[in-house]
Amino acid sequence: MECINAKFVSQKISKIRWRPVSSSTLQQPDIFATGSWDNEDNKVSLWSVGEHGFSKMDDDFEGDPQLLCEYQHNGDVLGLQTLSVAQHWDRAHHYPCDSAPCTGVVCNSPEIVTVGEDGRVILFRVDHKGILRTIDNADSSTIHAVTFLRTTEVLTVNSFGQLKLWDFRQQGNEPAQILSLSGDRVPLHCVDRHPNQQHIVATGGQDGMLCIWDVRQDSMPFSLMKAHSAEMWEVHFHPSNPDHLFTCSEDGSLLHWENSTNSDTPSFLQGGRNTSIMSRSTVVPVGGNQSLTSSWLGGDSSKVHLEATHMLPTQTLPVNSLDVLGQCLVCGTDGEAIYVNKRVPV
Amino acid sequence: MGEVDVDPIITLIPGIDSGQRHLGFAWGPGDLLTYETQYKSQGAGSVGQACPFVHVVRKDEDIYSPILRKLFNESHYIFVGLQRIKEEVPSKNKKPQFISISKNYRSVIRACMEELQQAAVSTHDTTLATQYGNQVSILLAVELIWNLCEVLFIEAAPAGALLRHLLDWVRLHKADVDEKAQEVLQSESPVQHQAYWDVVVCYVLQGRMEEAAQMLMKQASQQPAARAAYKLMDTLLTKMPVYSPGGTQTQTEFDVRWRQWHQECNRCLEDGSFASYSQLELICRILVGDEDTLLAQRERLSTWYHFLVTRLLYCHPIVKPTELHYYAQASMDMFLDARSGPEPLDSILLAAFEFDIHQVIKDCSIALNNWWFVAHLTDLLDHCKLLQSHNLHFGSNLREFLLLEYASGLFTHHSLWQLAVDYFDHCPEFGRVYLELQIERVPLDTEHKAVKVLRICEQRQMAEQVRSICKIMAKKALRNSRLGSALSWSIRAKDAAFATLISERFLQEYCSHGTFSDLDLIDNLGSAMLLSDRLTFLGKYREFHKLYGEKRFAEGARLLLSLMTAKIAPRNFWMTLLTDALPLLEQKQVIFSAEQTYELMRCLEELTADKAAQDADRPLQEDDIEATKVELLRLALARNLALAIVKEGTIEV
Repeated sequence: MECINAKFVSQKISKIRWRPVSSSTLQQPDIFATGSWDNEDNKVSLWSVGEHGFSKMDDDFEGDPQLLCEYQHNGDVLGLQTLSVAQHWDRAHHYPCDSAPCTGVVCNSPEIVTVGEDGRVILFRVDHKGILRTIDNADSSTIHAVTFLRTTEVLTVNSFGQLKLWDFRQQGNEPAQILSLSGDRVPLHCVDRHPNQQHIVATGGQDGMLCIWDVRQDSMPFSLMKAHSAEMWEVHFHPSNPDHLFTCSEDGSLLHWENSTNSDTPSFLQGGRNTSIMSRSTVVPVGGNQSLTSSWLGGDSSKVHLEATHMLPTQTLPVNSLDVLGQCLVCGTDGEAIYVNKRVPV
Repeated sequence: MGEVDVDPIITLIPGIDSGQRHLGFAWGPGDLLTYETQYKSQGAGSVGQACPFVHVVRKDEDIYSPILRKLFNESHYIFVGLQRIKEEVPSKNKKPQFISISKNYRSVIRACMEELQQAAVSTHDTTLATQYGNQVSILLAVELIWNLCEVLFIEAAPAGALLRHLLDWVRLHKADVDEKAQEVLQSESPVQHQAYWDVVVCYVLQGRMEEAAQMLMKQASQQPAARAAYKLMDTLLTKMPVYSPGGTQTQTEFDVRWRQWHQECNRCLEDGSFASYSQLELICRILVGDEDTLLAQRERLSTWYHFLVTRLLYCHPIVKPTELHYYAQASMDMFLDARSGPEPLDSILLAAFEFDIHQVIKDCSIALNNWWFVAHLTDLLDHCKLLQSHNLHFGSNLREFLLLEYASGLFTHHSLWQLAVDYFDHCPEFGRVYLELQIERVPLDTEHKAVKVLRICEQRQMAEQVRSICKIMAKKALRNSRLGSALSWSIRAKDAAFATLISERFLQEYCSHGTFSDLDLIDNLGSAMLLSDRLTFLGKYREFHKLYGEKRFAEGARLLLSLMTAKIAPRNFWMTLLTDALPLLEQKQVIFSAEQTYELMRCLEELTADKAAQDADRPLQEDDIEATKVELLRLALARNLALAIVKEGTIEV
């Protein structure tokens, strides 16, 4: 806890993202962008958390984010992603008589996909001025978040508790697949894909439940965990250490989930066949070239061990957004504070 | 103590000439709406065109200042932490905690002040710079008052220790002597520096004996002839007894020693040991506590409360808290110019020295334009159990009244309303009511914000507000033809009536377009179907279509019939259902059994009987289509019945 720095920034933070560093350098990320919301003038700001050589244990003033630059933004910032080129597409999301909020954006250079409260999925290209493709009426309820599964496939979650898979290679406005929880139709607010295994997806919903899905299977989620007592706003797999998952929520907490399997053999030797039976059973150590099953899908609860730790000192106002890169975690809250932790145990 | 007189400030509204027409106004929660009325002022000549604008006048600009916003957020954090301190530990043991919380508040104020100071220096805009400068001086005063309240009320040190704290208080707020000292020390010849004696005397006035002695040593080394005098002064300075609470000496012992020292200083003066060195003599007179000398140092003291503390230091070091106000009043009278009355700040400080907490709070409320300071200070003092609870006519007690006022002011801000929620939570009597009224008026532009507001209401079991907010969002969604969104809002509010409305819309669309829109929604209703009858019907009807599409005619037929007989389907839809039954009746194989056909016929009869009763006056043309439909149905039903009876009557051999 000692290594977490808070800075009050006079704007409620709705989205926060690290600027990506190339994985070849062992550098820690030091620049992040924030978007504000609920202000009369909202801003997208760039901040730097500079490194001054060694980081000393008790030095609190190092790592205080410094503002680099700001840019005015119309309306609340609801989606943020780093790109190298900026463009402006006006009124891409709209209702018949009004503009509709765009709720999520994701990019896989050079393509950008956005989703909004009008239920549209729109595809842009960085160098293209106009809209590349729109899937009108993709959803009759609000789409809250979107993520890339493969280069041509995206996954969206909506306020009716459904995950929809869209394939851009197909024409037409129908999703390729729909997955949902049976029972209550609880809105899902966030979705993230496992960095190495494209079929594993984590979602968080209005009731604070964390669900892990296997997109190849049919509609049921693989596991459900009660994570928070209020809406979960963001879920992120750690990009280089996917056994770690981070979630943040309206109840003011940020949880760090660590998946450690209690078995003797190291995880890279644990394998299993890529069939539906094996992925639900215990992970059996098999040598040779088997495809690796993720520890997230291990079925036997005695072998899979999930630990959650609180990352923030106390819970007060909702945490809206978080981002993690390397050992650095940054999050923004409705208390107009940014928390930076440069020593996350991953 | 009378009320502090402050003249009302006149604000000119641009575009409105108050000399020409009367001004109309309406109060809002934190601001004022003004507009130009039709009524001419008396004696006005030709009146020009009326101003078409409505102006919003805000009294409190501070909440819109980006730097001060940090003050509100950080103090909110401290406030919530304070409320969570457990009640079981008795107040006495919590004193160090309260003191540290008070220090936290003050450090937040100081941080804000520094930032404002930097901004004032670096900005090019002169109005902005003056504004920042004003805010800095207000924050300075606020911190001064808070610090004094912390010393007198929360720390509540007894005689002896009290003076130490007061000295610290003064030193903290007169930091310019350190700057000057730096300047002097860094100059080539400190002794020759023009501010040298300034620094030394200021150190003595603040009771910083060691530093004064060190400075004097520089002078001593320069003037070997005066060595004796400087040595004597050094002794006097360093030998001054200092009371340490919790030390081995009692107050009486200290008193005795202090009197001895005081007599020693007096002797030095009378002996004339410093006769040839005017500055040293001055210092000695200060040590003796000579009033006239102290008054003569008006410039260096700069404030009456500095004068007070210095006087106490050199005349009455073991001043009791109860005696404080005599000295305070006397000091103020002596120091201040008799002609100009006391400033608001002076009256507040005097009230503090008199231990009149209520007067302090009252005066601060009037003098400041924002409830932040009084609300937080009163809350802290209340936790220290220092406020007598007397019930006010509004807001139950003083603490709650101030917190409610502060939080209501916050609610008018487009962004800080979220902080106000926590303040209302900690007002036991009226907090909930205020929150219920205010939370409904937060503008909801995006679903994201609506979800947050809803979560706040749900956590506090404000069912009515939840319903009303969900209804607003659902209506908005309906207006934009987002039926799925509207439905998910009704599900959240468990609003059966609205769900029925939405289902009607779906059914209407089906009737007009012939197909369902938003199949993904209807197909996956799940348990939400049970929210309203109409919704259940919609789900089941869609199921029928699916069964038909999969050619599972028998099941489809059963479902269709049950929809009518179980009265799930609304009456006006029966015709459509029966028309849907037509293709099933026309099939080669018999799908409806005889029983079922009888049922269908009965439904048809019910329907036509109703119709006949209702449309007695209707012209005949409209009935043509209806009549044809009914005839077709009757024919189909009859044929089906015949086939069914035959089929059921046949025995397989």
